[in-house]
Amino acid sequence: MRLRFQVTRRLEPSASMVFFVSVLSLLLAFLVSGLLFAFLGISPLEAYRVFWRGAFGSLYALSETVKRMIPLAIIGAGLAVSFQASVWNIGAEGQMLIGAIVGTWVALFSPLPPSLLLPAMFILGFLGGALWGAFAAWCRNRLAINEIITTLMLNYVAANLVLYLILGPWKGKTVRGFAYTDPFPQEVWLATIGTTRVPLMTFLFAFLAALFCYFLLTKTTFGFELRVVGRGEKAAHLAGIPAQRVVALVLFLSGGLAGIAGVGEVSGIHHMLRHPAHISLGYGFTAIIVAWIARANPLGVLASAFLFGALMSGQDALKVAFGIPFQVMYILNGLVLFFLIASEQLLYYRVTLRVAPWGEKEDECDRVLD
Amino acid sequence: MTCECQEIVAFRDITKIFPPGILANDRVSFGVERGTVHVLLGENGAGKTTLMNILYGIHQPDGGTIVLRGKEVRIPSPRVAIELGIGMVHQHFRLIPNHTVWENVVLGFPRVPRFFPASQARQMIRDLSKEYGLDVDPDARIWQLSAGEQQRVEILKALLRKAEILILDEPTSVLTPKDVERLFLVLQRMKEEGKTSLFVTHKFSEVGEIGDRITVLRKGRVVGTVPRGEADFETLATMMVGEKIVLSLPKKALSPGRPLLRVEDLWVLDDRGFPGVRGVSFEVREGEIVGIAGVVGNGQRELTEALAGLRSPLRGRILVDEVDITAWSPQKVREAGLAYVPEDRRMALVGDLTLAENLFLRDYRKAPFRRGILVDWKKVREHAEEMIATYRIVPPVPQLPVRLLSGGNRQRVALAQVLASRPRVLVVSNPTAGLDILATDFIHRLFLSLQEEGVGILLVSGDLDEILALSDRVLVLYRGTVLGERKRPQSGWSEEDRRDIGMMMGGVPGERLVMVR
Repeated sequence: MRLRFQVTRRLEPSASMVFFVSVLSLLLAFLVSGLLFAFLGISPLEAYRVFWRGAFGSLYALSETVKRMIPLAIIGAGLAVSFQASVWNIGAEGQMLIGAIVGTWVALFSPLPPSLLLPAMFILGFLGGALWGAFAAWCRNRLAINEIITTLMLNYVAANLVLYLILGPWKGKTVRGFAYTDPFPQEVWLATIGTTRVPLMTFLFAFLAALFCYFLLTKTTFGFELRVVGRGEKAAHLAGIPAQRVVALVLFLSGGLAGIAGVGEVSGIHHMLRHPAHISLGYGFTAIIVAWIARANPLGVLASAFLFGALMSGQDALKVAFGIPFQVMYILNGLVLFFLIASEQLLYYRVTLRVAPWGEKEDECDRVLD
Repeated sequence: MTCECQEIVAFRDITKIFPPGILANDRVSFGVERGTVHVLLGENGAGKTTLMNILYGIHQPDGGTIVLRGKEVRIPSPRVAIELGIGMVHQHFRLIPNHTVWENVVLGFPRVPRFFPASQARQMIRDLSKEYGLDVDPDARIWQLSAGEQQRVEILKALLRKAEILILDEPTSVLTPKDVERLFLVLQRMKEEGKTSLFVTHKFSEVGEIGDRITVLRKGRVVGTVPRGEADFETLATMMVGEKIVLSLPKKALSPGRPLLRVEDLWVLDDRGFPGVRGVSFEVREGEIVGIAGVVGNGQRELTEALAGLRSPLRGRILVDEVDITAWSPQKVREAGLAYVPEDRRMALVGDLTLAENLFLRDYRKAPFRRGILVDWKKVREHAEEMIATYRIVPPVPQLPVRLLSGGNRQRVALAQVLASRPRVLVVSNPTAGLDILATDFIHRLFLSLQEEGVGILLVSGDLDEILALSDRVLVLYRGTVLGERKRPQSGWSEEDRRDIGMMMGGVPGERLVMVR
């Protein structure tokens, strides 16, 4: 007799199961992070306390969390739609920067009257990000190039475009040689909620984007089409669903939402175009995880975006409080991802410990229910 | 006659539980006599393959023992099984396509000289081939061989390893009738040599020909063991299913009406760019079932996909009710009245979507399911409930993901998808592949009732029994052309018809061949 682990397939993980396992994996990630802090000579308990205070501990902390949640939620909602269609848009970072560039152009260089500037920034910013995404769709549909490659590479194109503009033609005349543009006119600065630094408009956009994407996915014919394309391309073909059009529209929409997030950052937070790493803080990449954790459900994205916003602001607090190198934060993020992704297996497989009868092979792998 | 010493293998209370508690084998006990062909008969999921995998050391039983030549043995791995003289020919062959026959046969075989093994290996294969009538060229590459030839290679592999007990798992499922005959001769020859075969099948029609004794399994249990000749088909079917089965279908003699589907000199390319269908012409009339017989891979897929609008023909015309639908999109083909149920259910259904979503998938664009840009989910649900009731889909839960349904129920969903819009022509491809008797019977009866309603059905199937049971006319497709045609006689199909069609499936035109155009 000996004990042995047995792995069996679970058919449908329930919603509470998903929640429970996700929370558990987060707790585990924090537990292991504690070890890391101990190695750095920081008391883990103290680190947890600083983290908590930095993410939720005060109105300021909460507003820092929400400030980061906004772009994550807007981009994540669009990515949720694209993942539902099995379109792997990992170019939200670039699409967001293009939105920021277009918004900056409108704010600084367009001949529009001041009252029209802000609407034009968001509309054209949406179009900019949308076309940046649609270009990848065109490559996929016409040239059969995988959208993962194109969207990823276009990120670097967009980032270097920003660098070129802020170092070259758009370099500010009033910024004493720094690599910024001039600040935007006051008319296009987004109003913030109370004394916080959270822009009210983009805060509302985050909820609107999530609701819109949810409505699109669940209530419309197009949402049904894209879910069929995402789950069975052959069946979509037989049902007469134009898969190429679906791919194009999905990349257009998710790119456009990323573009809106980019406009939101420059007009709501920075009031200028500056280094890509400052505009984005990696929102376009983090939003991929946000959408994935939410199982590509746009309403779930709101919750997971808040969670990752908290992770980001909590880590900022840690950085400041202990003066630890920022690379440590990558390790923390890595741990969170590691546990979340590993827990995926727990959702679909049940692991039980049982007593193996005599003679059973150690490595026997029982396959059950294909 | 049945003394202990004659039993080469005995299963004693073999129990196998797959987590989370699925009882694949439940105290299975029976004996196999030396020098016989013992048939293990049962439906899909009856536990036949599990039991054979236990004998071959792939699975370990959770209870019970195997007695081999009078001694209790433990078989922890296939290697040990081979040492004990057990060989297995799996349903899906375990051969390396790019290697030659002799390379495959000696792979993992210890008694091969290290240098220049080819000549000796060839000789061993030739000797064995001659002894058992298993002719196959030792230098041919596996991919060049037909399924029947590949099976012979698998048998050679086992015989070379001195197998005394040969397990054959569903050996006839990929063979032409001619190859089946040859396989039976080989088994006969092995019997004469004193070797024992365990023949696993779900087709009761073939057991009478080959089996000395037949053990029927149902839901993991032995229902009984009967000697040949003591049970007729109906009895065996009843044993397999557990309830009284009427096998004869109510096939009526109907006079077909006007032509609904007409195919003229159709040429279609396959995935590699070669013509898979080469100049096929036929018609299907109102209230007629036309069977396309043939071994898988002779142009069936290309033909049906061209009809469904999934593949553009190179040449030729397809007409539905005198409307030329050649190279129309799948959706327009369907609106013209031709419904297609593909063999690959991933093409018909989306496993991750719900029953309700799958049931309106082909009509999602039309009223009443669509209101502007919105889906009317209430209508979708009502439609699903109606279809579930009509086609008796189990479990009757509209929001269940389709992938959780059984094969038979998935096929009902696939049929309900297209039948809801009352097509005039139905094109089905291997509609009952992998289904159990009851599900198969349901679908066959459905086809017959559709035929009575005047639907023209093109039934493409690799299962000759199915073709003959349903069709009014049979065309044999061989290498992309129609090799011959047979019309169902008033008195039903004769043995001679059956043999002719079988011959044509293997590429040999029958003597009474009627060439079609």
